[in-house]
Amino acid sequence: MFNYTIRRLVLSIPTLLFIALVIFLLLELAPGDPMGQMPLTIPDEVKQRMREALGLGEPWYTRFYLWLYQFFIVEPQYWIDGAFGTNFANGAQRIISFQSRSPVFDTIAERLPQTLWVVGMSYVVGVAIALPIGIISAYKQYSVFDQAGTFISMIGFSVPPFFSGVLVIVIFSVQLGWLPSIYDTTHQVVDWETFKFQMQQMIMPVMVLALQTTAQVSRYMRASMLDNLGQDYVRTARAKGLSESVVVMKHVLRNSMIPVITVIALGIPSIFGGAIITEQVFKVNGLGQLLIIALQGSDIPMVMTITFLLAVLIVLMNLIADILYGVLDPRIRYD
Amino acid sequence: MTDVSLATETAKDEKARNQWWDVWDQFRSHKGAMAGLFFLTFITLFCTAGPLIWDVDPGKLDIRNKDVRPIYTAIWDGDAKVSWARPMGTDHLGRDIMANIMQGGRISLAVGWTAMILAVLIGTLVGVLAGYFRRLDWPLMRFTDLVLSLPLLPLLLVMMLLFRDPLRAAFGPENGIFLLIVIGIGITSWMQTARIVRGDVMALKEREFVLAARSIGTPPRRMITRHVLPNVLSPIMVSATLGLATAIITESALSFLGLGFPSDFPTWGKILFDSVDRMTAFPERVIWPGMAISLTVLAVNYIGDGLRDALDPRIRGL
Repeated sequence: MFNYTIRRLVLSIPTLLFIALVIFLLLELAPGDPMGQMPLTIPDEVKQRMREALGLGEPWYTRFYLWLYQFFIVEPQYWIDGAFGTNFANGAQRIISFQSRSPVFDTIAERLPQTLWVVGMSYVVGVAIALPIGIISAYKQYSVFDQAGTFISMIGFSVPPFFSGVLVIVIFSVQLGWLPSIYDTTHQVVDWETFKFQMQQMIMPVMVLALQTTAQVSRYMRASMLDNLGQDYVRTARAKGLSESVVVMKHVLRNSMIPVITVIALGIPSIFGGAIITEQVFKVNGLGQLLIIALQGSDIPMVMTITFLLAVLIVLMNLIADILYGVLDPRIRYD
Repeated sequence: MTDVSLATETAKDEKARNQWWDVWDQFRSHKGAMAGLFFLTFITLFCTAGPLIWDVDPGKLDIRNKDVRPIYTAIWDGDAKVSWARPMGTDHLGRDIMANIMQGGRISLAVGWTAMILAVLIGTLVGVLAGYFRRLDWPLMRFTDLVLSLPLLPLLLVMMLLFRDPLRAAFGPENGIFLLIVIGIGITSWMQTARIVRGDVMALKEREFVLAARSIGTPPRRMITRHVLPNVLSPIMVSATLGLATAIITESALSFLGLGFPSDFPTWGKILFDSVDRMTAFPERVIWPGMAISLTVLAVNYIGDGLRDALDPRIRGL
């Protein structure tokens, strides 16, 4: 198992490098000029020098290497410096955004909490709703509850977040006036009232994102439970005289969770992708919105870094899912 | 699933039958799938044949009749500005919403179908090649894995921004964006099809009839077209329905993020995006295109569900 983990970790390095290269080359083709926003009165040679100051004069492989160096060497040094008060970085050049002229990671660190709050909470809520639905649907197959669960998950698959989001805004903010339609990120939770407000403004984006998660995870949970309920060991457990709750909640559930946990791990990157749209709907100034703004302003370092971070997340979650599978299911051996 | 007995009886009556009749009988017993098929036919007819009957120009500005509410608003609000000539109302420039939904639906559906066909073609090609030729298996599947670990939505957004202007210049504003969106969605959604097809082809290759065909000297090209492809048709069809649903959603999402078609060129996602600013006063403008997208995708998903049941011979004719 340990060898397998090490091998997968080593193998993921070329994968990530290749992904970084693909993203970089795609951005390299970008016709958008970061100088496009500058006043027209700036003479051409000054503009040329400004471009060079941004590092655009070098050939692409030099800049790619520089970006890799900054991403993997310089930025971690700054983290360590920030955490322990050391001075490894020694004033080295960080990845700088074209738009704000500030380090990309500072901006990301500012935006990350909002996204993590909304996305993380929605994932937890979505999974927490999905698991019982999946279990009951499978245990009472073809019952009214199962039919309703199937229908709800079909809706979760079919209604895109930009419509469900807008729909709940129309219903709960416009018609009923219960909830705020815009997410206020400057809001500080200090007492009960502010906590209540925070809950109110979070509930809509969280539920919209959770619906997608619930749809997917409850389907997997149901299928996995159905597979296991028909197994011989379930009959044996019942024949031993175990109570039905022990059979279902201990024997069947534990075995059914194995594939579902990997699905949950694999779904994390896609929920971040879905957050791009949801943040746009509820005007949450998180990472997704940052990406859209950076794209529109052809802020190449910012787009490159955020996209690459998402790729890292995908590769990491694939790895975790595979390892979890081996850890949870002793029948699977990777040697 | 509940009406299986009915399907078996009709199957017994007739003797010589094409296998597709069996599939159709099984499909017909799936109520959700039939409802989905009915709705998809309806919305397709509404968008394609609708403009022949409702011949209002979707781009025509009519400032005097701007902000007309849909006709049913009159039921609870007698003073609302409604008109039988504009049953779904008009937008802030007086453009007829029904004509716009029809026009937008045509583009959304066209993008969905073309992108799905492209994705299925690429996926089938990669899957068959990887499954049939052992030497190609490793490189093609590693490539599929690599594409799967790319963050696709951000890259699609980047592609939209990058190639929008060159393609618009080369093929005109409409065709350029259409091509861009179709190709963008197509090359980012073929991976699941490729994986499923590869697995099925690998299993097929071990079967006796393939060995028999090879022993009489069938060349690989004919082997694939005559023996392999017809047998992997069912998983391809199921993944095609899923692909159609995702393609429609992705196109609307791109339009919603403001990176799809230009604004004088309506699609369902674009109409939805343009109406969000005024949704406080005119919620119906958001609901019409949103319902159109959601119901179409729901219908396609149900058709896929029914197809999966109907094409699975273990379930069929039970």
